[in-house]
Amino acid sequence: MKKLLTSAAFIAFGASAAMAQTVGFSQIGSESGWRAAETTLTKQQAEERGIDLKFSDAQQKQENQIAAIRSFIAQGVDAILLAPVVATGWDSVLEEAKEAEIPVVLLDRQVDSDKSLYLTAVGSDLVHEGEVAGQWLVDAVDGAECRVVELQGTTGSSPAIDRKTGFEKGIAGADNIEIVRSQTGDFTRAQGKEVMESFLQAEGGGADICALYAHNDDMAVGAIQAIKEAGLKPGEDILIVSIDAVPDIFQAMAAGEANATVELTPNMAGPAFDALKAYMADGTEPAKFIQTESKLYTQDDDPAGEYERRKDLGY
Amino acid sequence: MTALRRVTPQLLTLAALVALVTLFFPDFLRIEVVNGRLVGPIMDILKRGAPVGLLAVGMTLVIATRGIDLSVGTTMAITGAVAAWSITQGYGLGGALALALLAGVLAGLWNGTLVAIIGIQPIVATLILMTSGRGIAQLVTEGRILTFSHDGMAFFGSGDLLGIPAPALLWGLTAVAVALLMRRSALGMLIEAVGVNRAASALAGVNATVLLIAVYVASGLCAALAGIVATADIRGADANNAGLWLELDAILAVVIGGNSLLGGRFSIAASVLGALIIQTVDTGILLAGFPSEYNLVIKAGLVLVILVLQSPNLAHHWYALRRAAQARRERAMDTAKETGQ
Repeated sequence: MKKLLTSAAFIAFGASAAMAQTVGFSQIGSESGWRAAETTLTKQQAEERGIDLKFSDAQQKQENQIAAIRSFIAQGVDAILLAPVVATGWDSVLEEAKEAEIPVVLLDRQVDSDKSLYLTAVGSDLVHEGEVAGQWLVDAVDGAECRVVELQGTTGSSPAIDRKTGFEKGIAGADNIEIVRSQTGDFTRAQGKEVMESFLQAEGGGADICALYAHNDDMAVGAIQAIKEAGLKPGEDILIVSIDAVPDIFQAMAAGEANATVELTPNMAGPAFDALKAYMADGTEPAKFIQTESKLYTQDDDPAGEYERRKDLGY
Repeated sequence: MTALRRVTPQLLTLAALVALVTLFFPDFLRIEVVNGRLVGPIMDILKRGAPVGLLAVGMTLVIATRGIDLSVGTTMAITGAVAAWSITQGYGLGGALALALLAGVLAGLWNGTLVAIIGIQPIVATLILMTSGRGIAQLVTEGRILTFSHDGMAFFGSGDLLGIPAPALLWGLTAVAVALLMRRSALGMLIEAVGVNRAASALAGVNATVLLIAVYVASGLCAALAGIVATADIRGADANNAGLWLELDAILAVVIGGNSLLGGRFSIAASVLGALIIQTVDTGILLAGFPSEYNLVIKAGLVLVILVLQSPNLAHHWYALRRAAQARRERAMDTAKETGQ
């Protein structure tokens, strides 16, 4: 009898813990492959945790996001995930959510509103990403002289500024490493290839370049083609490190043509759901910024397998 | 001879630019033979100038009819996406090229119909495809960079024939073929007639409607070739970025080529030289190694100087100054003679 009671209590407890929560997710849109992968992973994470996810695509418009959040509040969801398209103009709608006692978690980007208006923000530290890439290069060349060329992102964009700063921090103190040329490749493959061609021309046909640091994988993929066409071996004659960890760079790494990439994870929802779970269970307030891991992948980390795992995420 | 005189300003500009870049980058004119192909900054310019060079050929014809085609950049994205899609679907090289060119023709027919038959202003008519076209390209690529590995297709981006890069050959041949077609037949003159006065040329028996549609189709075809080059170059179709803003570079090339945006007389050779001038500026900036914040400022400054030096008003002033100087000299000589007597 006693045993029956405990098992009944256990079932009841289990049921309440697994009780389907409803979470609204207001996504910016699907402007890039990374964004599409973030959407796919958020849906996957919700499904794994038995959460009922209400998804709304704002198609790059803030008014659509505000309308979506109001509709989530009206439906009485348990929590809201928001990937804000811009930083300003969220105060009133976030206050409405707060009055309805619905916690809001920001994904990937920040807002300029008061910190008390949202539970937490999950995102990546762009400076740290560059630092991880820089430290990899310091370890990889191990004291040897190294002249680095850098492919920057779009001039003036915050990822380009932060990833440049981070890399310089990463190689600070290593006097053997020097950035000799740095130009913008606009985050695209075509520009990455064109600018790499000019680097190769300017640096003795590539003989004077020891490594390439690209602010995203797409530019690195373009540069790899330029290096191959110049008759050099990317990955051996010129080391290649970039950021993002999109599927195509794993293909290049599997072929030995790229050396390392730092992941900007599209799984922002996982840490967000974890924080929400703890908050709802016993009211644990998470830190106001949850930094996602900037994981380093090299040729030793099964790049072929990583490619297979990522290729269907919508990148 | 007159043709050479027509492009003299462009040739002089190009020579001055090459001298300027050589100041900052002494190896600029170096050309080596590596693995049987010519390698060097000049070859890079000929290769990288292909998309704008091809677009400028079509754009010259459109502008000669007093039109403008803003959609060529997006047409590049569409045709590149179609080419990459057909290669990955296994239609083979011939099928992919045919489908891409067909997409270019369709884009041109769309623009031409809006302009010639419905009578919408060219800048607005082509703006429609310019804004919607990237969406069409993204539908084809499903929003991702559609990559392929096909050596035949890649040839158009990075292959070479007799040591010369394939894209350079492609735009060179296209420019020569179109220029010959225009000048060895009456086509060029008819296009100029439509550009100067469509109503008058129609009254004189020129089928202006068909001719207008034809120039937009030619522009679409040139954009398709440029799209194939761009896609073959990176072995993938990037619907978001392929040909982005290149319509503006193409228009600039036509203007640097001394062609009037008001239509009428045109020179394809001068436009293509204009495209080469733009590419020399772009590549020169990269080679000189300035910080990237300066790229656009330097480019804008150089373009301004080039356009000012080529402006008809300034040429008029030069002429007037020379005349005045000559007159002064003659007067001085006359007075010298008089005092001498």
